[in-house]
Amino acid sequence: MVALSLTSVSRRFGNVHAVDNFSLDVATGEFVCLLGPSGCGKSTALRMIAGFETPDAGDIAIDGDSTIHVPPNRRATSMVFQSHALWSHMTVFGNIAFGLKLRRLPRATVAAEVTDALTLVGLTGMEKRYPGQLSGGQQQRVALARSLVLKPKILLLDEPFSSLDAHLRVRLRDELKAIQRRLKLTTIFVTHDQEEALTLADRIVVMNRGTIEQVGAPSEVYDLPRTLFAASFIGSMNLLQARLVDGQLAAGPIRIAIDADIDVALAGATELHLAIRPEDVSVEPGFDVADAAGTVERVIKLGAVRLAVIDLGDGHRLKVQDMGRAAFGERATVAVHIGRLLVYRNGAEPLEIVRARAAPAGRRTERPHAVGTR
Amino acid sequence: MRRALGKDAVIGAVLLAALLIFVLAPLLTVIVWAFADQWRPPALWPTQWGVRYWHILLARADVVQSLTISLFISLVVTIVAALICLPAAYAFARLDFPGRKLFLLSFIAVNAFPRFALYVSIAIVFLSVGLIGTITGVVLIQLVFSLLFMIWIPTAAFRGVDRSIEEAARDVGASHLTVLVRITLPQVAPAIGAALLLTFMNAFYEVDGALLIGVPTVRTMPIVMLSLINGQIIVQYGAVLSVMLWVPSLVLLLLTRRMFDSRTFAAGLGV
Repeated sequence: MVALSLTSVSRRFGNVHAVDNFSLDVATGEFVCLLGPSGCGKSTALRMIAGFETPDAGDIAIDGDSTIHVPPNRRATSMVFQSHALWSHMTVFGNIAFGLKLRRLPRATVAAEVTDALTLVGLTGMEKRYPGQLSGGQQQRVALARSLVLKPKILLLDEPFSSLDAHLRVRLRDELKAIQRRLKLTTIFVTHDQEEALTLADRIVVMNRGTIEQVGAPSEVYDLPRTLFAASFIGSMNLLQARLVDGQLAAGPIRIAIDADIDVALAGATELHLAIRPEDVSVEPGFDVADAAGTVERVIKLGAVRLAVIDLGDGHRLKVQDMGRAAFGERATVAVHIGRLLVYRNGAEPLEIVRARAAPAGRRTERPHAVGTR
Repeated sequence: MRRALGKDAVIGAVLLAALLIFVLAPLLTVIVWAFADQWRPPALWPTQWGVRYWHILLARADVVQSLTISLFISLVVTIVAALICLPAAYAFARLDFPGRKLFLLSFIAVNAFPRFALYVSIAIVFLSVGLIGTITGVVLIQLVFSLLFMIWIPTAAFRGVDRSIEEAARDVGASHLTVLVRITLPQVAPAIGAALLLTFMNAFYEVDGALLIGVPTVRTMPIVMLSLINGQIIVQYGAVLSVMLWVPSLVLLLLTRRMFDSRTFAAGLGV
């Protein structure tokens, strides 16, 4: 069932199209992340759902009913703000109970609901504290409890964890996901942190300059970014400008042989970009099998994974997630093999090319030795 | 570290001594004088302690009357200033209308003028409309100089209220009015308290305007004090009246401190 439906929603600030022709349906119980860089319109979209901004065009419906003319205090949404936005002159109890009291619920009910909400966010017994006496993480838990206690149809979160340190952010993120699952709460979560979006969301909406670049499950968005922007924004990615030369894709010193049908598909495209995930590149010592050759410039150990930056010469660099056994050090000469890549051409759908580990011998010899070793 | 601490201690002691000499010593002298029935110059302490001059002064009708008038005028000025300025301050803080900055600056302009020149020109206007020598006249002239505190401090305080806490209240179901009463006003209460206090004290101790507009029929406490001191050189009169004049501000200060903890109160004054 569709809990929330945005249809061609637009919002302008002066000449800036903060949100432009934004359409999205969110199912009941779904966790959707609006992901994009700052200024991409994700917060404006959220604020329109909450009722703090009115769309210039389009419609927003909750459970099928248009809410455009419903003020925020009468919408079935509840928002958690980036700055916590707790009322410092009220206790934790006062903050959480405020919305319930406005609904004129009996005192005993209010007290019970507040206790439940505090238990849910792991702050049992903190009723009498003031926000100023709480840590940043606790404050954000109170803000979450304040929203949850009202049992909103849609929970909105505007970069709620961005002011917290990394450890706390991960912990609160997991807790939020657990609560959301348990309550089967329809949730819209705004973030600029792709890792947060990838771990939390059922579906990610990638936004850029007020428009939607891609909507999809985290794995879809990661594996097959539909636009060059999505490719560059999510995850680590090697982005290279390329040309078509004699049935090969040429990007700097890299030469990738392609099949005839792909050659035909790409013919005539004026601007080609290659997007290559570091984990889709393998390197090994020597010049044996290669799309390019280079030297190891830097090895970055990120706990379980190692990232290597390979210098291909002429200022071209490739990020490689090293999966080979060979524990090559810096300055080692390596051969680069690209196992999978995406080709983007002027706004069209990307072409996915998956390549066999070993290239045919004939093509190997065709590969021009343009790469210099330092 | 020990040496640094020692240096800090010395500086601290010097500052404390300076504070005692320049702030507390004059205050103490006044208090001692107020309770000295007799004090002949060579003696270090009053030769006779007592409250004789309090009896004398409080028995004088003009003193009692002026105290009542002063309290009344200051209270009216404070209330009227609050009624005019607080909504204006909210508007200044929350709305962006053309000329907003200019209007805000105009409140400073009034205080940048040599006051007495302003008083004289206002007095001439008041004379023609029959406001000289009336309580209304004194209230009006004191209002002019109260507006600054009552506009600037609350405006800054309203501006300091994070919009998202108001939005959060809207979000959980509060109407605009509820947000104002339950969220915004409590947040700015310390600053408004400070502004009220400053306005009250400013009006209570104001001399020039009251002198020019009120005299001879409306005589506020500071004016009576001036005339008593000018008329006869009895130090105790001035001292007793000074102590009396402290009482309202002291009471107000204590009240305000009780209402808000000192930290937020200071924040209110600091904006």
